[in-house]
Amino acid sequence: MSNPNHGPDAYLREEMLPEMPPPARETGMVKWLHENLFSGPVNAGLTVLGLLIVWFLFDHFYPWFAHSVWNASSLPECRKIIAETWGEGAGGACFAVIRERWNQYIYGFYPPGLYWRPTLVFGLLFVALAPILFSISRNIRRIVLMTAAIATLLSLVALNTPSIWLGVAVAIFAVALLVAERHQMWLLGFSAFYPLLGVWLIWGGSFWWIIMILAGMGFGWLAFIIAGRLSPLLAGSSAIVVTLLVWVFLSGDAAKDAENLYSLAITRVDSEAIGGFLLAITIGVAGITMSLPLGIVLALARRSDMFLVSSLAVIFIEFIRGVPLITLLFVAQLLLNYFLPPGTSFDIVLRVIIMVTLFAAAYMAEVIRGGLAALPAGQYEAADALGLDYWKAQRLIVLPQALKISIPGIVSTFIGMFKDTTLVAFVGLYEPLKNISDAVRANIEWKGIYWEPFIFVGAIFFIICFSMSRYSMYLERRLQRDNR
Amino acid sequence: MKRTVFWGALAMTAMAAGAAAADTLSEVKNRGELNCGVNPGLVGFAAPDANGNWAGFDVDLCKAVAAAVLGDPGKVKYVPLTGQTRFTGLSSGEVDLLARNSTWSFSRDTDLKLDFAGVNYYDGQGFMVRKDLGVTSTKELDGATICIQTGTTTELNLADYFKANGMEYQPVNIDSNAEGEQQYMAGACDAYTTDISGLAATRAAFADPENHVILPEVISKEPLAPAVRHGDNNWGDIVRWTLNALIAAEEYGITSKNIEELAKSSENPEVQRILGVTDDLGAMIGLDKEWAKRAIQASGNYGEIFAANVGEQTPIGLARGLNAQWTQGGLLYAQPFR
Repeated sequence: MSNPNHGPDAYLREEMLPEMPPPARETGMVKWLHENLFSGPVNAGLTVLGLLIVWFLFDHFYPWFAHSVWNASSLPECRKIIAETWGEGAGGACFAVIRERWNQYIYGFYPPGLYWRPTLVFGLLFVALAPILFSISRNIRRIVLMTAAIATLLSLVALNTPSIWLGVAVAIFAVALLVAERHQMWLLGFSAFYPLLGVWLIWGGSFWWIIMILAGMGFGWLAFIIAGRLSPLLAGSSAIVVTLLVWVFLSGDAAKDAENLYSLAITRVDSEAIGGFLLAITIGVAGITMSLPLGIVLALARRSDMFLVSSLAVIFIEFIRGVPLITLLFVAQLLLNYFLPPGTSFDIVLRVIIMVTLFAAAYMAEVIRGGLAALPAGQYEAADALGLDYWKAQRLIVLPQALKISIPGIVSTFIGMFKDTTLVAFVGLYEPLKNISDAVRANIEWKGIYWEPFIFVGAIFFIICFSMSRYSMYLERRLQRDNR
Repeated sequence: MKRTVFWGALAMTAMAAGAAAADTLSEVKNRGELNCGVNPGLVGFAAPDANGNWAGFDVDLCKAVAAAVLGDPGKVKYVPLTGQTRFTGLSSGEVDLLARNSTWSFSRDTDLKLDFAGVNYYDGQGFMVRKDLGVTSTKELDGATICIQTGTTTELNLADYFKANGMEYQPVNIDSNAEGEQQYMAGACDAYTTDISGLAATRAAFADPENHVILPEVISKEPLAPAVRHGDNNWGDIVRWTLNALIAAEEYGITSKNIEELAKSSENPEVQRILGVTDDLGAMIGLDKEWAKRAIQASGNYGEIFAANVGEQTPIGLARGLNAQWTQGGLLYAQPFR
């Protein structure tokens, strides 16, 4: 093609230049490095310093990890193997202690023949949680339930579960998987029953106790229906009174008599035998599930217009938050004995769970109060304008939004509480971090071992806490309703 | 120091409120189980094994008392108590007997209202240092940094000793034995101090025990003694005489192996009284005739218990020293059974 006008733009190019790759500095790795790591002298210096630190740490700790010994029966044997394999003077980790004593880190001093019981309880926890935590996506629910079912059943087989219980486990998981597809809300029934089942399986004893507790609730419900015809206030109070009366005066004897007639008992396990992560997770799960509702009630009470209700809530919250958790634990272990009549034994794990729950609830109340305060006043007014009463307004309009805002804070409180379960070391319970490790070290074979248990326990804590934090991020994304 | 006062005060409150439960013996019998307060983990003295079975020098005393009172050394519930909660645990009734390597001292006996039932191990505080430090005597430790466990009598002894000798030291506070070892190994302190038995066990567990020495001076008396609540003298007698029975059994050559034979054939009147062949000593403390026999059968006499848990054949390798019978130049001296 030729240009007919030999005018001023004769230098204009006629044909397209071939596409060129972008300059080396503006693309790929180089650009990324330049922008993120070496964008200026200060940043370049910091990058080099960072790399040096990473290298130093790696250089320091890698040999120790690389020289891990997993197969030995004592620390001296570990040292011998390390010296033989990597030469005199080589340092190495002795993870054999975990291999030898993993059962105590997981189950404490629970009878080894019964390990399947807490394992089953842990597996069923996911069934109980599925309709609550994974109610939005059927896919995720399916994956969670499938994984829990397979992992639990495999562990149960490995732990020599009696075949009856293996059958029960298979049945529960199969039904749960089917129900979760279409009618997941039915699973809430299992969730409500789960705490009783869990307590029974972990501590053992007679199943009649569970039946009698349920029967008490049944009578309470009957009272609620009958008295409900007269007045709603009477209905609530008579339900509580009847339930308590049945529990206090009837349940105990009835359970004993029924047990004598037809035994439904499994081996009892004392609280002292419960330790390790079994203890941490038991306290953690119980504390988490009870502190959330309690925290919501406290937060609402604190914002209440009723003077007595709000001041009681303020006193409770400020008192609990003003006292270290260890103090509450000491009170639970030692001081309570003076107030109770001599001879009454009030389970130490139960005492600790109550204290941890109260402690977490006080923090939870403040986190949720923050969410309530962040809600625009218009929302409250809109609820009033719709003619909703207090409880309906809270349930349908206020709390769903306030709780959504509070998710990060709530999960932080949960994570903090779960990690605080290690503090029960100070009341002599065998939590995994300190007391189990000290008990292991008190055997001459493992005396002198230090970092390996910490690394193992820390890794498990990290996995659990990290999962909780990822779950909260997932939930926040799922619940995002605005268009920001 | 403040901490000690706090726990003391707590224990005092305990006593004021808890005096109600007086008759420990019938309580234990009704319960069918002895609640024994032990160390959550101390090599040789009390430790649960891989299956959760407790073993150790203090644990064997719990077993002996359970055998004497309940007839079965297995009927013990071991309640692990930390250094901070041990005395409150005893006075609040959480345990019936505290066999937790606790030093018998004036203020604990009187102010904390405990009753010590006789010494089951004579310990003393010592120091361990690295050999290449070139220190041969505690007197050369002026200005040293010393790892010391807080809240124990060893902390007070250390202060007393250095003050008495006009020396200075820099304490590195630690919370547990394991932490102390780690600090000492990492070079955070020049010397590690605790009871000699603990030092021996610690040194035995090092990768290089030959590079560490335990200095010859023993700077304190640490008579470790089982304790019971003040005010229940009969229960105190039971524990005291169970311990005495174990010690006397060694003196008179009664072992767990020959005990049945001696019960039948021994001509020694004291042995006959201990084993319940003649007289009925048990009735005087509310027990049956063969209480002491069962106590000795539980884990053997004092010498057997010592040898099995901390003696020279074990990795801890403690010599009998002060814990030998009085006839062997030690301090063990059981009062006569009569």
